Amino acid sequence: MDALALLQIIESGLRLSVPLIFACLAGLWSEKSGIVDIGLEGKMLIAAFAAAVAAFLTGQAWIGVLAAVFASTLLGLLHGFASISQRGNQIISGVALNMLAAGLTALLGNVIFKQGGRSPPLDGAARLPELALGQSAMTILAISAVLLTALALARTRFGLRVRAAGENPAAVDNAGASLTRLRYGAVILAGILCGFAGATLSLGQAAGFLPMMTAGQGFVALAALIFAKWRAWPAFWTCLLFGLLDAVAIRLQGVSLPGIGAIPVQAIQALPYLFTIVLLAGFMGRAVPPRAAGQPYVKER
Amino acid sequence: MSVRSELGGALPPAIIFDRIDKRFGAVHANRAIQLAIARGEIHALVGENGAGKSTLMSILFGFYRADSGRILIDGQESRIASPSDAIAYGIGMVHQHFMLVEPMSVADNLLLGHEGGFALGGGRKALLARLDVLARDYDLAIDPDAIVGELPVGLQQRVELLKSLVRDADILVLDEPTAVLTPGEADRLFALLRDLKARGKTIILITHKLREVMAIADRVSVLRQGALVGTYPIAQTHEAALAAAMIGRRVQMPQRADDAPIDTPLLTVQNLSARDARGRIAVMDVSFTLRRGEILGIAGVAGNGQTELLETLAGLRPHERGIVRFTHHDIADASPDDLHALGIRHIPEDRLRYGLVSQFPIWENCLIGADAEESALIDRPAAIDDAAWMMQAYDVRPNNPLLRAGALSGGNQQKLILGREIEQKPQLLLVGQPTRGVDIGAIAFIHHRLLDLRAQGVAILLISVELDEILRLSDRILVMHQGRIAGERRAGETDERDLGLLMAGIA
Amino acid sequence: MSAPLPLPVWVDRVLMPASALATAALAAALLLLAIGENPAEALAIMLRGALGSGEGIGFTLYYATNFIFTGLAVALAYRAGMFNIGAEGQATMAGIGAALMIFAAERFTQGLLLVPIGIAGAMLFGALWGAIPGWLQAWRGSHVVITTIMFNFLAAIVSVYLLVNVMGKEGSMQPETRLIADGSQLWTFQALFAALGITIPATPLNFSFILALLAAFVVWIAIERSKFGFHLRLTGAGNESARYAGIDTRRMTVLAMALSGALAAGMAVNEVMGVQHRVLIEFSSGYGFVGIAVALMGRNHPVGVILSALLFGALYQGGAELAFERPAITRDLIVTLSGLVIFCVGALDQLYRTPLARLFTRRVVR
Repeated sequence: MDALALLQIIESGLRLSVPLIFACLAGLWSEKSGIVDIGLEGKMLIAAFAAAVAAFLTGQAWIGVLAAVFASTLLGLLHGFASISQRGNQIISGVALNMLAAGLTALLGNVIFKQGGRSPPLDGAARLPELALGQSAMTILAISAVLLTALALARTRFGLRVRAAGENPAAVDNAGASLTRLRYGAVILAGILCGFAGATLSLGQAAGFLPMMTAGQGFVALAALIFAKWRAWPAFWTCLLFGLLDAVAIRLQGVSLPGIGAIPVQAIQALPYLFTIVLLAGFMGRAVPPRAAGQPYVKER
Repeated sequence: MSVRSELGGALPPAIIFDRIDKRFGAVHANRAIQLAIARGEIHALVGENGAGKSTLMSILFGFYRADSGRILIDGQESRIASPSDAIAYGIGMVHQHFMLVEPMSVADNLLLGHEGGFALGGGRKALLARLDVLARDYDLAIDPDAIVGELPVGLQQRVELLKSLVRDADILVLDEPTAVLTPGEADRLFALLRDLKARGKTIILITHKLREVMAIADRVSVLRQGALVGTYPIAQTHEAALAAAMIGRRVQMPQRADDAPIDTPLLTVQNLSARDARGRIAVMDVSFTLRRGEILGIAGVAGNGQTELLETLAGLRPHERGIVRFTHHDIADASPDDLHALGIRHIPEDRLRYGLVSQFPIWENCLIGADAEESALIDRPAAIDDAAWMMQAYDVRPNNPLLRAGALSGGNQQKLILGREIEQKPQLLLVGQPTRGVDIGAIAFIHHRLLDLRAQGVAILLISVELDEILRLSDRILVMHQGRIAGERRAGETDERDLGLLMAGIA
Repeated sequence: MSAPLPLPVWVDRVLMPASALATAALAAALLLLAIGENPAEALAIMLRGALGSGEGIGFTLYYATNFIFTGLAVALAYRAGMFNIGAEGQATMAGIGAALMIFAAERFTQGLLLVPIGIAGAMLFGALWGAIPGWLQAWRGSHVVITTIMFNFLAAIVSVYLLVNVMGKEGSMQPETRLIADGSQLWTFQALFAALGITIPATPLNFSFILALLAAFVVWIAIERSKFGFHLRLTGAGNESARYAGIDTRRMTVLAMALSGALAAGMAVNEVMGVQHRVLIEFSSGYGFVGIAVALMGRNHPVGVILSALLFGALYQGGAELAFERPAITRDLIVTLSGLVIFCVGALDQLYRTPLARLFTRRVVR
């Protein structure tokens, strides 16, 4: 393999990792604050859809990004309402919102675009422009988000309180900080980040929206979060690794390897899921989630 | 002293609870409590479990809102709607279950809620300076970068206390602070409290250990069933009077008969070691024997390996090495199922974790670990009848097997488990903290039952942090300290003081 | 942890799901208004389509068959303390299993024996696809929620590979198998009724519906009345009481997930052996996910599962009719509605419980 091919793989790997990085950071903020988020997938999907609709209607990619952030945050707030205010089951809420997003985007897509759910191809100013090396502004935004997340968690009041909220919410409550406000803050952050992830998918990587276009990336991001043990920089490297894997897989499609022969497309498609399963099974080191994640906070009597 | 009390008379009390009333559903937790805490005193608050002490303090700290009544701080009516309000009024609280974030550093824990701005840098610097001053003034040195979860319990409590002190709290509330301390550590804590008092702090001490009250408090208030029974200067009261005020009625507590068992050992434990949930060695080289008709008490400060020892013997925790023999059976690796088949039953320390499922009806709870009959189907009517009979026999109230187990009080839940396990006709009963969170009437009932079993020849291993209970029931007493057996005593040849030294690892 | 407020049984089992369903329906109605459709008219079309004719009822019961199986699968795992999101993938693999076993057995017999062989093949594959995530949770600590999601994706990928490269019909470009032998095809209701001399319209409704009711009865006995079910519920109780009682909780976890997968396999039996008579790509088409809504709305009780499966069957059939008459309203409306139902029943429990508790428990206490 020559240097050019290698460079191409790195370029496309980085590009493919961008939505994963956003989604993974979204999960990080949410789970650090104690709210388990199975709904990254749904938020990304609805964001991708909203971005495509807005960009299609206005012809402006940046309006698409705003719409994505808005839609994703709205869905995130629903999750927050169920998880924080109503102390509901966070996993069920996430599953429900994933289904809601899948149904809603297909239904509305059909109504708006009249093409069986998919959007017409977007081009020109309706897409995120490439800056250099195959990257859009979203790549820079994603890396800045990693940096800011790492800094904010370690060095700010909000970060300190979020970390505490996921481990011992009673301690936060006792220290006189509002747990509810904190967790809503984290959930909104997660919504914004998933908005970027979705917009990257439909305005950057693809030229428009397809039903179910997230194809499990929200869950892969969740796996990356676990692998990274809920830390920002390791999350970045894990997502980058997944992106590179994906890029290699695309390149290997239809290529006949010496001694092995052609690899079936399906084997390559299955890789991220298999990787996630192996990862979760702890064959690559144990991960301990924030202790209070997933448990509704009820004051002890 | 006289000058101080005159001054105290001139100043308004630090806190006045004015007709504080609070209900939780059907439970009347605080009944129009009227109580004044003087500035600069150590005021003890005593009462049984559920008497309303913690509720009253939670209202003071803004955790709950009183249904009616008001709180006056320094004579001014206060508005305390949340812990942050309480902190602003100069109130600090040391909770029984520490409100600490274990994976975070000491400094981060102390900063939490008090960060001094958006960025942490400035607040952290100020905190370190303040810690230096406190370390000098009170001899409270601590490493600010240490991870709280890795500190010993005594130091964790220090962090909890420092949280209030860095915030310049004038009023300190301590909830059962000595529950996790050895007698020696407790003495050091009391010295610190006296020091704090000398510097003008007001201290409220919640406890149920009357000896501590007599040793350190200036005045004591007794709560019973949510109501204030009375407030007494220490000089004008004594332990027996306080106990009577707490209980409200005389309960005859049973006492072991003086007949020593003479039999070959039923249970033999040799050099047993086991790890705790974090993988650290918690039980180390423990050896003992237990005979039929004998109660062997195991005393110790909570967290010295007793819990792990009990769980290992009960088949719930793997052992690291050592031998456990029941008659001629090797049971070191036995599962709870195997133990049941041999006639070994277990009353767990933590009722709601092991013993019961609170959302299941009582009759189903009566079948937990007790459904060994042949049939694959459950005969519902018969099981309900059996449960009703058992509840009658073991005084579980209200006697309705269709209720959820969670609807029962702690004492009734404990009697339910006791009945279920005793009705399995054990030869060996492993008992953990049988009276934790149980009202005094139920304690007497449970003790009677355990002594009945002893008289019938059942061997009983009794693990308890209540020395009183250990002393009255046991034939022999082992004391655990840091996972090892620190000493063995015959009943009648020891007392609380002697056991306390063993528990501290001194003797 | 404070226990949820106790409610009278009928309020908990009937009024709670009904209020949640009403909320979800209201939201769906608003959605229809937003896309310029008339909700009342849509409801009328759906009702007519689902229940207005013998044919409609037949289709409704056929869909309900799928939902009873997937709903029972989710419910059984739920009672054992696990949230099985993998019924979809388990059913997909079960379809493959049924076809493989039938194709293998066709060499020896063409008769009725193929039916139990096919069902066994389906259950075996479904159980295996459920048991692996169960095993991974019990022994490796990976959460069953995420692994079953991954196993759904894997099942989809594996089935495409098998249908294209291994089991595909010769000479066809479609990713599907050849037809299974006549003897392995389940009797339609039309045939069953014809044997009794009664004529009913031709619908996909087949013997699987009776199997589904039978499965619900067996699950009811097993969970509510047997010692095994008691041990399963203890394992799912959320504390250590099962271990204390001497139950091998790891074994129970694997077993419950295997049984859950075997129940999901019933959906494949209905589709592959009862209706299509071959394995089509993506034949599971979301029934597994709707099963989550069915189970939660049925309060994870077999009787509740049957009732809510009937409701969702009617919604599906009515939805199909609606999509036909109103092209703007695709089948995705039902997916959306399922999501809303899961959200309201499963995650907003407290929202309904608190006011209902206030309404119904005061009389009892005072």
